[in-house]
Amino acid sequence: MLIYTTPPKTNRIREARFECSCSKTAMSSKTQSSSSMAQARRTVQQLRIEASIERVKVSKASSDLMRYCGEHAKNDPLLMGIPASENPFKDKKPCTVL
Amino acid sequence: MAAEKAEMDKLKKECDALRTQIEAARKAVNDGSMSASAGGVAGLGRIQLKLRKNLKGHLAKIYAMHWSADSRQMVSASQDGKLLIWDTFTGNKLVAVPLKSAWVMSVAFAPSGNLVASGGLDNICTVYNIKAASPKTLRELDAHTGYLSCCRFLSDTEILTASGDTTCCLWDLETGKQKTVFTNHIGDCMSLALSPDMNTFISGACDSLAKLWDLREGACKQTFSGHTSDINAIAFFQNGHAIITGSDDCSCKMYDLRSDQEVITYQDPSLNAGVTSVALSNSGRLIFAGYDDFNCHIWDSLKGEKIGVLSGHDNRVSCTGVPNDGMGVCTGSWDSFLKLWN
Repeated sequence: MLIYTTPPKTNRIREARFECSCSKTAMSSKTQSSSSMAQARRTVQQLRIEASIERVKVSKASSDLMRYCGEHAKNDPLLMGIPASENPFKDKKPCTVL
Repeated sequence: MAAEKAEMDKLKKECDALRTQIEAARKAVNDGSMSASAGGVAGLGRIQLKLRKNLKGHLAKIYAMHWSADSRQMVSASQDGKLLIWDTFTGNKLVAVPLKSAWVMSVAFAPSGNLVASGGLDNICTVYNIKAASPKTLRELDAHTGYLSCCRFLSDTEILTASGDTTCCLWDLETGKQKTVFTNHIGDCMSLALSPDMNTFISGACDSLAKLWDLREGACKQTFSGHTSDINAIAFFQNGHAIITGSDDCSCKMYDLRSDQEVITYQDPSLNAGVTSVALSNSGRLIFAGYDDFNCHIWDSLKGEKIGVLSGHDNRVSCTGVPNDGMGVCTGSWDSFLKLWN
């Protein structure tokens, strides 16, 4: 029988409730403190990486995004509209020749 | 013990200092908002798209869909236990893939069109060869300890998965083994998206954070905060410099990767429903966001204004996608239908 661990996320996606069957192994207080030490070291390491990046001014980033949208607008069918004859999703009605 | 406590205190102090440094660096480059910059850009007026196809076939809630790279085929996944591959030009169903586990949450089409992958509450990402005479299971990727929320192929030999176990993972499909495990989120990972240059990917999680990862290094490079609830959906802006997120806090946000911060929020006081899915039109100007209010709302990505709505579903819009040629938008819903609009 498959046992599903209950994700912390609230049940918008899941329809059935599953019993949580995760069991934590008992940790000695020494193990706990060394694992939270390791966690703290990892957090510092991660923050050092994130702090070190070069940042571009928001005004420049915004103008680059605006320029991209402007340059590609003519290639955006949802923006420009699609002529009926070129619309792949439009249902083709049968024509009768009178 | 005292030495340990001293070291913990030192580490905590360094964390706080680094966080302050990051916030200060972000503030230092925050010289103006996107919506202010976009003040001079011409407005789009109301965007009205028509319903072109209503795809019937699933018998239960649709949870995910993904376009093929050919912009014609599309795969959808439903908790009726099936994947359906559609020819969206004719509305015909081309292939039906029966699933071992009906609790599917994600589906993906390989760029080659040869493979599809799906997974969900079984914690497994199953890859199928759909070019065989009848769909054949190629691999069962079984190492996550939580549900599979999202999967995306890099190629026929590599796939990325996001899981409720808070990790993302890069798998080698030739061996069926994990190549890299991406660990840093502290909540269920709900969504991922590959950068256009395939060197990085972004993930959104229930810790309300979005993270940028280097695929080859396996490291988290940037973390984006601002949302106040689970991020359910995430997408790259086409130039690879910005990302769009959709959240249970009822808003979408754009974060610029080079400024390392949020540049615009898409929210409306009348919208009190969570965002389930996001997709961009080809120029990036339009954001299609699926909501729990049964609609897909259309946002002007530069001005932050709501400029249209795709209405017609009778239940939550669970997935949204724009094909590579940008010719339309597909919405999938818990009402069991997929709709094509343009």
